[in-house]
Amino acid sequence: MSMTVSLVFLAVLMAAFGGWLFSHSINVRPWEAQAAGVESRQMPRAATAPRVGLAVFLAVVTSLFALTISAYLMRQEMAHDWRPLAVPGLLWWNSACLVLGSVALQLAWRAARHEQPARLLRGLLAGGGLTIAFILGQALAWWQLQAAGHYLAANPANAFFFLLTALHAVHLLGGLFVWSRCLFRLQQGATPGAIRQSVELCALYWHFLLVVWGILFVLLLRT
Amino acid sequence: MAIAIAVIVLAVGSVLFFFFSPWYLTPLASNWGAIDDTIQITLWVTGTVFLAVNLFLAYVIVRYRFNQRRRSQYDPENKSLEVWLTGITTLGIAGLLAPGLVVWASFVTPPEDAHEVEVVGQQWHWSFRFPGEDGRFGSAHNRFIDEHNPFGLIDDPAGQDDILITAPHLLLPVDRPVKMVLRSKDVLHNVKVANFRAKMDMVPGQTSYFWFTPTELGEYEIVCAQLCGIAHFAMRGRIEVVEQETFDAWLAERPTHAELADRAPGDPEAGEARYASCAACHGAEGQGNQVLNAPKLAGLDAWYLERQLELFRSGARGTHEDDSYGQQMRPFASMLPDRQAIADVAAYIETLPDQPLQASLDAGDPERGARRYRTCANCHGQQGQGIRATNGPRLAGMPDWYLERQLQNFRQGIRGRHREDPYGNQMIEMAQVLVDEQAVSDVVAYIMTLPQPSGEVAAVTSAAREE
Amino acid sequence: MADHGQHSVPHAPAGEFDDMELVHPKTFIGKYIWSQDAKVIAIQYGVTAIAIGLVALVLSILMRLQLGFPNTFSLIDPSSYLQYVTMHGMIMVVYLLTALFLGAFGNYLIPLMCGARDMAFPYLNMLSYWFYLAAVLILMASFFVPGGATGAGWTLYPPQAISPGTPGIDGGILLMFASLSVFIAGFTMGGLNYVVTVLQARTRGMTLMRLPLTIWGIFMATVMALLAFPALLVAILMMLCDMLLGTSFFMPEMLNLGEQSGHEGGSPLLYQHLFWFFGHPEVYIVALPAFGIVSDILATHARKNIFGYRMMVWAIIIIGVLSFVVWAHHMFVSGMNPYFGFLFATTTLIIAVPTAIKVYNWVLTLWRGNIRLTVPMLFAIGFIFTFVNGGLSGLFLGNVTVDVPLADTYFVVGHFHMVMAVAPVLVVFGAIYHWYPKITGRMMDDTLGKVHFWVTFLGTYAIFYPMHFMGFAGVPRRYYGYGETGYIADSMQTLNAFMSVAAIIVALVQLVFFYNLVRSYFHGREAGPNPWQATTLEWQTEHTPPRHGNFGAQLPVVYRWAYDYSVPGAKQDFLPQNMPPEAVEADDAAPRRSS
Repeated sequence: MSMTVSLVFLAVLMAAFGGWLFSHSINVRPWEAQAAGVESRQMPRAATAPRVGLAVFLAVVTSLFALTISAYLMRQEMAHDWRPLAVPGLLWWNSACLVLGSVALQLAWRAARHEQPARLLRGLLAGGGLTIAFILGQALAWWQLQAAGHYLAANPANAFFFLLTALHAVHLLGGLFVWSRCLFRLQQGATPGAIRQSVELCALYWHFLLVVWGILFVLLLRT
Repeated sequence: MAIAIAVIVLAVGSVLFFFFSPWYLTPLASNWGAIDDTIQITLWVTGTVFLAVNLFLAYVIVRYRFNQRRRSQYDPENKSLEVWLTGITTLGIAGLLAPGLVVWASFVTPPEDAHEVEVVGQQWHWSFRFPGEDGRFGSAHNRFIDEHNPFGLIDDPAGQDDILITAPHLLLPVDRPVKMVLRSKDVLHNVKVANFRAKMDMVPGQTSYFWFTPTELGEYEIVCAQLCGIAHFAMRGRIEVVEQETFDAWLAERPTHAELADRAPGDPEAGEARYASCAACHGAEGQGNQVLNAPKLAGLDAWYLERQLELFRSGARGTHEDDSYGQQMRPFASMLPDRQAIADVAAYIETLPDQPLQASLDAGDPERGARRYRTCANCHGQQGQGIRATNGPRLAGMPDWYLERQLQNFRQGIRGRHREDPYGNQMIEMAQVLVDEQAVSDVVAYIMTLPQPSGEVAAVTSAAREE
Repeated sequence: MADHGQHSVPHAPAGEFDDMELVHPKTFIGKYIWSQDAKVIAIQYGVTAIAIGLVALVLSILMRLQLGFPNTFSLIDPSSYLQYVTMHGMIMVVYLLTALFLGAFGNYLIPLMCGARDMAFPYLNMLSYWFYLAAVLILMASFFVPGGATGAGWTLYPPQAISPGTPGIDGGILLMFASLSVFIAGFTMGGLNYVVTVLQARTRGMTLMRLPLTIWGIFMATVMALLAFPALLVAILMMLCDMLLGTSFFMPEMLNLGEQSGHEGGSPLLYQHLFWFFGHPEVYIVALPAFGIVSDILATHARKNIFGYRMMVWAIIIIGVLSFVVWAHHMFVSGMNPYFGFLFATTTLIIAVPTAIKVYNWVLTLWRGNIRLTVPMLFAIGFIFTFVNGGLSGLFLGNVTVDVPLADTYFVVGHFHMVMAVAPVLVVFGAIYHWYPKITGRMMDDTLGKVHFWVTFLGTYAIFYPMHFMGFAGVPRRYYGYGETGYIADSMQTLNAFMSVAAIIVALVQLVFFYNLVRSYFHGREAGPNPWQATTLEWQTEHTPPRHGNFGAQLPVVYRWAYDYSVPGAKQDFLPQNMPPEAVEADDAAPRRSS
């Protein structure tokens, strides 16, 4: 059954977590006291709190999308009224925008690491601009579908198309909020180093949403 | 220390309560003794564990209670003990699960020779369908349900001989496996007869099923076991388990889909003549006469009039010793010889002009009544206009003295207790919402404030119906 | 009260952890209202949760009045009864227990027990509370909109949740959706904090296997909640579309009291799958923190190490993981493909094994202990008893065949109240009595505590144990009245009245608890830093109550697990987690036991 999608996601997550825990607990005799050495550092140095926080948040978002996709597949299985939707060609252009936006933010991240304010600004502007273009493009695709008579309520395939794209766009909007704060701080004269962490989180978040969009797009194309 | 005693008393008391309390499974009336067996097994296993763990707990509390001079034993782990406990628990669990799965396997597989009954749930009513002579149900779909096609049957030859039972009373032959095919018109329901043990949700948009073999003759109550809205608790029905011959005879009398479709509608002209004897009390225009305790009839829907006339005629209404006005009505209803006569007179009454009424009572507070009425509104409509689908008759525009008397009758079980009056049964349940006479007066006062159709409007509708 | 400037002093070992920049506002509002201190946020969560819990308690009493004394109270009609049922359930499960265990206990205990100065993201943590408060207020508002709160049952099953015949299908259900969405958003903010703090901000030496079980329980519950709540969010989003935009995710072709609804092809079962994918883990989201807390209470007050610590940790993990693959046991009689019954009955009964192990280990922790029957200990024992009862009745309902006659009867009501209402609430009380001295610096009154315990423990058993027998007798749940049902014995009405009286008494005795709570704050005995002689870090703080930043100039360094009570070879009765091995005084010639 279609809940498998969500279960596979959970299984992978839990296996990773369980394995990590296992490596921490096997051969450990918790009741033995000993001084903590330097090696007792709990997490690898690269795992800073914001990064771990983002990772956990991405897990939550993945759960949200996995469940929605499960619902999509289940509804498709259960119903006799599913009429597949011809995905507007515009989505290809939108996808290209999102890919480029992701690349731009990656470049911005690199610029931030290397203390290059001008390139950072360019990268950020390009990344955000392309994302806004993507969202507007999605809105246009909605409008096209409406105009072609593929109303939201007419068919579950349509409803899911709108639901999935809207959920994805809402997450991008949330990202744009953080992006705008980066931009604002940069305008206020923050050094690239000062906003490096925010830019990094943005870039990672965008890559993640790009992957999610890739999966959704394939799903929408195939069914 | 007290806590140890409490644990012992509660643990032992709980077990004793099981043995000595009068409340346990209802008498089994189906083949599902196996389900009872799994319950028994689970009871024994869990009961043993319950006693063992709690008595040990109590022992530990007493034995190791605080002592200034003693220290606890330091033992972080005990591998072998943990392995043993895990192993025994796993065995116990397997011992519970295995019989459960075996019985489930038979639960989900109806026998080849099971006959089928479709149960249709709706807010808040049961109806039933038999496949008829061809042994096949005609296709049906919620999309096609309307006033004249309450089962939503599609134009399907297999459906013509389907036997439709609209009253929530079902007969089943004893010792014959039956597969209950479940369907819902609106929300989720669950058809449950405690004595049969088996039950299942009915889900709109799909069918579900369960099967059982009734093994004991008798009468069993159907209740709804899935929250289905406000009158969930009053959604009742009845299954009678009878000998095969009784069942056959009963089934043969039930109308098929084709027969119901062929039934002639009531003829107002024929009804006019029959109405002559009604007019003496109820008035020539059905306006009613309080002095004679005859309620207004004009404005009532034909389906409701037909049902009440049938009830009077069959003695399901007006036979209670305290229902003196109902008793007066019975002989008049008996003058109608058959179903067609009833339909005719009901059709005639529908054509009578519906005149607005003045309130005759003033004991009630309509504002308080408005809150009471929200329960009523679900079946009788927000405006008291009556809803066919919920079997709730019109209330707006009916005389308050009559409404009040009927509500009192329902509350006291004077009306609606007869076993052949399912909607009356339901009203008895619902009337409990009105906790005292004041509440009755209030709700009636509120009903009098609901919009009453002017005579003109009523005339137009009745003309439209005649066409 | 000047703020302690710990953050300016470097804490050891330098460079190992990034020091946190704590916000130290000077104004009262900054300190206690818009506070970013996890401890203050914890109190805010706790007070709000208990306040809304009291509303739910009153609703339960109203239900009991109707059930015990039908046709007596004109206030209660079928609509309001269903509204009480729904709001009572939803508030108790989500807004009280989830918020209390994770928001209140999580916020208070995670940084302290892990040896951190605060949560990883204090600002987000503060936002989390304000979202929660908004969710609560929106939920309360639903009582006052036209049509009132929703009466669809806490499961909010479509179609009935949004179709006529159910109370509150206009404003009520919309506000319920809104409130849940806000709650989930707020919880996600808090949950990120709890998880990251446990993963990231443990002090030196606090390895995973040295974490107190309380933290394990809260941590795992948070992980589960983070992954499970999206299922509820998706489900209510889709139902919202069905309701407002006319889509048919869940809504099939059906009638609305006789009128065609216009929906087409949706599947109510799809909702149930999504809902219970959230709903079942939710049970353990409530239970796991209780498991953890009760373990620590037992160990501390029995002066004994927890028995089988590693097993306990793994049991928490396994229960957490398995709880995601048992959801359809709530749907055995839902009309889903009946063959799922085999699968889900099996997974469900498997989950009983780690749960049983936890029970054994609790009892074995007491075994050979030195049990102080303090008020927290009484509540812990009460928990074990109640939980054993509730857990065992779960074996009836989890086993698909046995479930068929018992589903949707009072057996279910009795079962889940024992296992996820009374049992966790007893732990909540135990935990409050246990940590109150740390939070306020004063002890709660012992006698009042005992009165509270005895009435609550015995009273709740009197309410919920008989319900199982009503269930055997086939009494369906969510019924406004049983008036004319022939197969239900008349004596059941007497039983119902008895249960109602017990419920009223239990509700009233909570006043004693609140009196105790308030009175002890002003007049309680001074507690000192560690009245229970406990080992975990929150009892080792420099100040009681701990100040913003939790620990003194230096974060504690952890040398041992949380359960070094009555260690052989040590003179001390207990060895705090931050006590270095050198500080342990030798008791006698007996060597330190190592197994």
